[in-house]
Amino acid sequence: MPTKLIINCETGEQTEVELTAEEIAQREADAKAYEADKKAKEAEAAAKAEAKAELLDKLGITTEEAALLLS
Amino acid sequence: MANTYTLIEAKTLGSAVSSVTFSSIPSTYTDLLLKVSVRSSTTNDWIGLYFNGSTANVSGRIIQGTGSGVSSSTSNPAIQAILSDSSSFTASTFGNAEVYIPNYTSNNAKSFSIDTVTENNAATAYMQLLAGLWNPATQAAITSITLVASSGDMAINSTFYLYGISNS
Repeated sequence: MPTKLIINCETGEQTEVELTAEEIAQREADAKAYEADKKAKEAEAAAKAEAKAELLDKLGITTEEAALLLS
Repeated sequence: MANTYTLIEAKTLGSAVSSVTFSSIPSTYTDLLLKVSVRSSTTNDWIGLYFNGSTANVSGRIIQGTGSGVSSSTSNPAIQAILSDSSSFTASTFGNAEVYIPNYTSNNAKSFSIDTVTENNAATAYMQLLAGLWNPATQAAITSITLVASSGDMAINSTFYLYGISNS
């Protein structure tokens, strides 16, 4: 069972207790949300890179030549 | 301008835990500074951070370098705030972070900033700056700070130092 450490800054008392079912559920939900967000961002970046490569191919120029055009 | 630093509490983990909370933080300072050095027991490389026990109403924007690229994105600091060295990173290395929270007792939304890095003897290592905002429906002074591993535990010998900073 995961545990949490609570440090009371007024008294200096430190206690270690098990996470509640609600805290475990929240943690798991947060982790899932993070993974979903990460995958979405990776997919977006991959799609963008693919579109960029296709455009360069269509134009018949390299990445360096495209950068030169935009400089 | 802050000119005094007072150590409020310090902790070196003697056993692995999934979460660390500083509670009953005194309201006698102007700003708070939290210094963290943390390693994870799993391949998780994120530590979330939130205030007063609530993961809601917190938002952030990060810029990040990975060793091979850079990016910027929105983030939820309650999930991804501090970089932790995952268990796949070089043994006995730790991620490090400084969390700065100005005006933590005000009755307005609280801004905070985090400067955090990993340490890894490999091409992949992360560095990140985060600008965050905690804006609850009912504003209140920050009285507790919770750090939570997004999975697994924070490893033994991870350290946590909370300082109070006064401007006089």
